[in-house]
Amino acid sequence: MRKWFWSFLFIAFGFVCSIAAERNPRTERISGSAGDVLEDDPVGRLKVYVYELPSKYNKKILQKDPRCLSHMFAAEIYMHRFLLSSPVRTLNPEEADWFYTPIYATCDLTPTGLPLPFKSPRMVRSAIQLISSSWPYWNRTEGADHFFVVPHDFGACFHYQEEKAIERGILPILQRATLVQTFGQRNHVCLNEGSITIPPYAPPQKMQARQIPLDTPRSIFVYFRGLFYDVNNDPEGGYYARGARAAVWENFKNNPLFDISTEHPTTYYEDMQRAIFCLCPLGWAPWSPRLVEAVVFGCIPVIIADDIVLPFADAIPWEEIGVFVAEEDVPKLDTILTSIPPEVILRKQRLLANPSMKRAMLFPQPALPGDAFHQILNGLARKLPHQKRIYLKPGEKILNWTAGPVGDLKPW
Amino acid sequence: MKLSALQQSYLGRRSNSFRSSGPLDSSSDGAFKSPAAVFWLVLHGLSCLISLLLGFRFSRLVFLLLSTSSTYTSPFHSPTELAKTLDIRSVIPADPVGNVPLPFPNKTATNSRVVVGRHGIRIRPWPHPNPVEVMKAHRIIERVQTEQRLQFGVKDPRKIIVVTPTYVRTFQSLHLTGVMHSLMLVPYDLVWIVVEAGGVSNETASLIAKSGLRTIHVGFSQRMPNSWDERHKLETKMRLRGLRIVREKILDGIVIFADDSNMHSMELFDEIQNVKWFGAVSVGILANSANIDEMVVEKRGEEENPRMPVQGPACNVSNMLAGWHTFNTLPFAGKSAVYIDDRATVLPRKLEWSGFVLNSRLLWKDGDKPEWMKDIDTLDGDIESPLDLVKDPSVVEPLGSCGRRVLLWWLRVEARADSKFPPRWIIDPPLEITVPSKLTPWPDTPPELPSHEKPVIGIQEPIVKHTTKTRTSRSKRRSKRKHDETRTDRRTTGFDKTLQN
Repeated sequence: MRKWFWSFLFIAFGFVCSIAAERNPRTERISGSAGDVLEDDPVGRLKVYVYELPSKYNKKILQKDPRCLSHMFAAEIYMHRFLLSSPVRTLNPEEADWFYTPIYATCDLTPTGLPLPFKSPRMVRSAIQLISSSWPYWNRTEGADHFFVVPHDFGACFHYQEEKAIERGILPILQRATLVQTFGQRNHVCLNEGSITIPPYAPPQKMQARQIPLDTPRSIFVYFRGLFYDVNNDPEGGYYARGARAAVWENFKNNPLFDISTEHPTTYYEDMQRAIFCLCPLGWAPWSPRLVEAVVFGCIPVIIADDIVLPFADAIPWEEIGVFVAEEDVPKLDTILTSIPPEVILRKQRLLANPSMKRAMLFPQPALPGDAFHQILNGLARKLPHQKRIYLKPGEKILNWTAGPVGDLKPW
Repeated sequence: MKLSALQQSYLGRRSNSFRSSGPLDSSSDGAFKSPAAVFWLVLHGLSCLISLLLGFRFSRLVFLLLSTSSTYTSPFHSPTELAKTLDIRSVIPADPVGNVPLPFPNKTATNSRVVVGRHGIRIRPWPHPNPVEVMKAHRIIERVQTEQRLQFGVKDPRKIIVVTPTYVRTFQSLHLTGVMHSLMLVPYDLVWIVVEAGGVSNETASLIAKSGLRTIHVGFSQRMPNSWDERHKLETKMRLRGLRIVREKILDGIVIFADDSNMHSMELFDEIQNVKWFGAVSVGILANSANIDEMVVEKRGEEENPRMPVQGPACNVSNMLAGWHTFNTLPFAGKSAVYIDDRATVLPRKLEWSGFVLNSRLLWKDGDKPEWMKDIDTLDGDIESPLDLVKDPSVVEPLGSCGRRVLLWWLRVEARADSKFPPRWIIDPPLEITVPSKLTPWPDTPPELPSHEKPVIGIQEPIVKHTTKTRTSRSKRRSKRKHDETRTDRRTTGFDKTLQN
């Protein structure tokens, strides 16, 4: 009897060991600084209460301009829709850990489709005035357990020009809240400690539709399509991308290994799947949808943006997946890329081939487990439990409601 | 601080062109109101005018001179930061100062290395590819592709056994080099069985030795006859000889028949790895037609565009073998080539051998093989098509998405039977008459002109233009092989005079 028991235990142990050690040779597990958290399930770990704002803050804006659903700032809209039907949503605000304000601040578009951030501070301010007067939860913590999705160029600084954005700084009333934004740069005014960086929205169906057979050999060494000089806004060069994109062009336009140009081909997605490295240099802001496209298509991203903070940086070990090149090293880019040992390149490709990596960068509708929505919730769950000191004593005020430029104080 | 107003107006201008939102940006409105700003605008306009006259950006120089005085007091730019961002920019030669970031108040919360503002565009002194790095990159690409093939390509690839009948003739080098290079590119193990009519020759041996592949070169005692019919029959016998070698050496793999004048695509070799026993692929027939105009005129009445005929398996709706596409010889009745050097169309057989592949185990004496395969030792007579090797033609597997993909092309092109070519295509001893094909463009050293020289070919316009105008008529003359000697002499002596001028 004893022998049977021990042999059974031994076999079970061996089974468990083999399953743990079994690894698909094509992919590798991804674990970042927060551990192996890409596939965590946030359901049950946090509760989110969604404020009921009048539709002038969300639905009416979307009705006025439905282009907001497909541009790269569409994450704020899809996050709202996801939360409305998600199991983490609670209708009882007393038991909620986090509070979400559905406000589409990036939906005021020009005729060419670029969002104007000039009214956003006033919109956000008016929304917060509404929730602080209608519910007691804002005043309880002055927003420290609230989160906002601000996917604009420089996040909650609400400006597209970096100098102006830095001057404005983060909107004072959002200083205590958690900001979910696409912008991320270390030691920058517009990135608060504790913000969650997310990838920009890229349409998942379009990318899935353009997949080519996996055995098509990757024959392009470095691929990039985009502007090098922004002649409309920066004719002499040097401002746009801090001169990095222009440096890439001037140094490598004659290099046959670099397939770079400003043309926009119809086979853009297919070409990325045939390339080994895809350049992701900064533009006017350090982030770009190219990172998402490179990850989905298995092309190793070459990130040229000093001090950038990449999406879900604590869950995804970007150092192991992408190649980081300092802006001053751009003239040596070919030396850097060709001196990477092939085993390292193959490992990066295996990490990129991991389907959980690709899913974490996308915002699919309907939501899938492990996608960007869940990574945001995981990030919020990792910040729990809230520290006691965020709860203010009654009557205590920390935020200065009248700070900021005069234009922001006008009602919306 | 005075600079900031100017900067604001500049940035305001920029924002106006970027987005159509001028009046909304309240900060740009203030710049127009203060007299200091007006003064700076006037100064800016003045420096623009001066720059137009001078030809370079005068205002940059002024700002540099102004800013160097204030740089070292500015808390936001250390001299090392400035030095880091000052770099060579070779694009605008008129800019005498290089690119210095104009200091203006940008508030970074903590000490960030990253500075907002104008940066230099870093260009290295020799922005061209380094050949060593290019080779490294190609090796990386190869490694990645090998890995891709391992992961997504064929699992457990089998060796490929290629059987090629050939014989020594003028076009042999042309055809065999093509096949050889195709086989050298195949990523799988390969054995090349070359059967040569007329016995083993050094010509063929030296040609296939350059491939670096494993080759088995055998001779066939008969010489290749001169008529296409006979040639096809002999080739069949030679292929059977090749198959016998496979049996003798017990080679394991997939047997494919690569005729030396065919063209193979690389996907063919990937596709045939899917064969189980006996497979067929679609072959495109490039029937070389000398009377192509007649054919086109005839066919215009029948179909819109004459399509390339394809030989191969035909499938029904459920992707099962239903029949065969063969070549329609009726339009060519009576007009086809009979002898090898005829200029008429060379017709393929009903079903070409090159469209069939078989598992080499079918040829082994013993071992498990399906009973529908005939023993090749028992057949020696007339085999019309490879389907005669099997008892039941329905067992053939259609490859290449059921014959829809054409993976190789059949062509027969041969030179005249009496055409001569230098053995191994080496010209030895050298030819008797050597003609300089082109004169050097500089007139310093007049070339030696032998007395019986033919007129020179080449670019003569530049020389003629530089010297005298009377020689211009010569440049219009195109070189032809047949010229009068007298005319030549007169012109060459004239040309001498030109050069001496």
